[in-house]
Amino acid sequence: MQTILRLFLVKNAGDLARLGVILALAGLILFGALRYDNFLSPYNILSFLRYNSMFALIALGMAFVIMTGGIDLSVGGTAAMASVVAALLSPYHWAAGLVCGMAAGLAVGALNGFIITRMRIQPFIATLATMLAAYGTGLLLADNQSVSVSYDSGFTVIGQDDFLGFPIPAWIALAAYVLGWLVLEKLPIGRHILAIGDGEATAGLMGLKVERALAGVYLASGTLAGLAGVTLASQFGAGQPTEGVGWELFAIASVVVGGTLLSGGSGSIGATLAGALLLAMVFNILNFENGLGWISLSAYWQSVIRGSFLLVVVVLQAKLMARHRST
Amino acid sequence: MTTIETPAPQPSGALSSGNRLLTLASRYGTFVAFLALILFNVAVTPNFLSLQTLNVNLTQVATIVIVATGMTLVIATGGIDLSVGSLMAIAGALAPMIFMGQFFPVESMALAVALAFLLPVVVAALFGLFNGFLVTRFSIQPIIATLVLFIAGRGIAQVMTNGNLQVFKNEGFQFIALGRIAGIPAQVVLMIVIGAAAWAMIRYTVIGRQIIAVGGNEKAAHLTGIPVKRVKLFVYMISGALAGVAGLIVVARNSASDANLVGLGMELDAIAAVAVGGTLLSGGRANIVGTVLGAFVIQLVRYTLLANGVPDAAALIVKAGLIVTAVFIQQRAGRH
Repeated sequence: MQTILRLFLVKNAGDLARLGVILALAGLILFGALRYDNFLSPYNILSFLRYNSMFALIALGMAFVIMTGGIDLSVGGTAAMASVVAALLSPYHWAAGLVCGMAAGLAVGALNGFIITRMRIQPFIATLATMLAAYGTGLLLADNQSVSVSYDSGFTVIGQDDFLGFPIPAWIALAAYVLGWLVLEKLPIGRHILAIGDGEATAGLMGLKVERALAGVYLASGTLAGLAGVTLASQFGAGQPTEGVGWELFAIASVVVGGTLLSGGSGSIGATLAGALLLAMVFNILNFENGLGWISLSAYWQSVIRGSFLLVVVVLQAKLMARHRST
Repeated sequence: MTTIETPAPQPSGALSSGNRLLTLASRYGTFVAFLALILFNVAVTPNFLSLQTLNVNLTQVATIVIVATGMTLVIATGGIDLSVGSLMAIAGALAPMIFMGQFFPVESMALAVALAFLLPVVVAALFGLFNGFLVTRFSIQPIIATLVLFIAGRGIAQVMTNGNLQVFKNEGFQFIALGRIAGIPAQVVLMIVIGAAAWAMIRYTVIGRQIIAVGGNEKAAHLTGIPVKRVKLFVYMISGALAGVAGLIVVARNSASDANLVGLGMELDAIAAVAVGGTLLSGGRANIVGTVLGAFVIQLVRYTLLANGVPDAAALIVKAGLIVTAVFIQQRAGRH
């Protein structure tokens, strides 16, 4: 009974946080629309979506991992490695770049799943190690340089072109989020993931296939990071083995700002997207603010502001949790 | 992560011999790896047995050891500190600004240099205290609490310096990295003093025992009257302060401070040193000697690969394998 009660209340706290992020996003958009002339211009909106799609992809995978109570620090390194793989294979066919880039991500995800479920090493340490390994592999494959993609095979279409007036990367991200939402809300595996996050031992005793579900979320996270790497290579015309530094933290911050509890067992796909957009918009607003000429905040403020955002959100989350626990 | 362990019935002979091997590996594995690396280098790497090689390795390992010492204390309480690299950047950015007179006019260089040593370390310690505050006051998981300063801390350092490289030449300040005490590089002396102090603290002082107790079983520690929150605040503060010291050494060594680069990735090296050194990442243990050895192993692996023409990128993969193997052995041995 108590567990059910706690579960219910925790979910309530999470719900509040999720409502908060959507309100904050709406507020930020309103602020930008009122303050800057071209904030809602198609150009700004489309380039915003085009550039931030890859971060949204990574945040989606991270959301699933965090719901199980784990963490995936390898996504940045995986994306960098996948961008190199995709760039190297892009001359053969655009699909070769796409598929092999994703497969590279899948491979890292599989390795993570193996180390975590078979060797029983904490996700934090396991993915820290694979992050190093992914960066190392990417640098080796790329010979320490960025690798130019082929412009003849159509590979750059993935990151740079539009479909029905909407950037293709944004379509990809949207499709991934719809799929993610379906998995979490409509499929049994979604319930299993949340149950594992709430208590791995209990989920195991209930007969859930814990290891399989855990391996599944790391596979998904790795593949999505691979897809983000493909997008990166396609959008910027090069596989970049040193990119992706700090992406994992951006993704974690997006997930947390999106109200997913870091202790696992609760989470929302829609709010994760809102969280990723919110953090990205901070940078967008900063650019516009500088454009006005009143102030001149360097790009370095971006990380200070993002850090402060994260701080406010985790403190609020902690306070909400504490209040619900004490009543 | 909690898992239910059900000891599987196994033939007792096989179990105990496998067991013993794991225990041996966990107890002496790091040391054996260290010896093996040295022997390998003596046989293969040209000019390995020279004073210069020793100097290069010792000066490079010093900052890892100093930061990893603080990290060992934090991990012993069951926490983690991701912010150390960013705090190094903050301390490294502050020091030159102080003795170059960007905050207040420098009346006497001796005083300015003294302040350039003191203030950045105090600031880093205060940031560490802030980490501890988030962990204790709001019960935020350490990985997230310190993630805040991991992101924002480097930003603060970059905003302070506007992202510019600060180049300087100041003999007094740079003594910490370029000077020698009785022929030994000053940073190596500092490394030894800090390591020894932490070792003695864990072994002989009340706070040292309390750190272990908090990591071993927080609830029990609390019930026996240990001031759990104060102990945690203390370890995060120490970790911050030591990161500050390491930041000073790095900028003094380079005669330049680059907020974008100082301490980048140091949290990984420090955590790896702790893990390889045999401190359980779940807390309740603090093996300072192991951490020092772990840092030396990591440094030697990097040096061995570099000196033998293996690309830096491959060294990353080796480091990854090293971390996973070390943690795997520690956990297996710890479980029986």
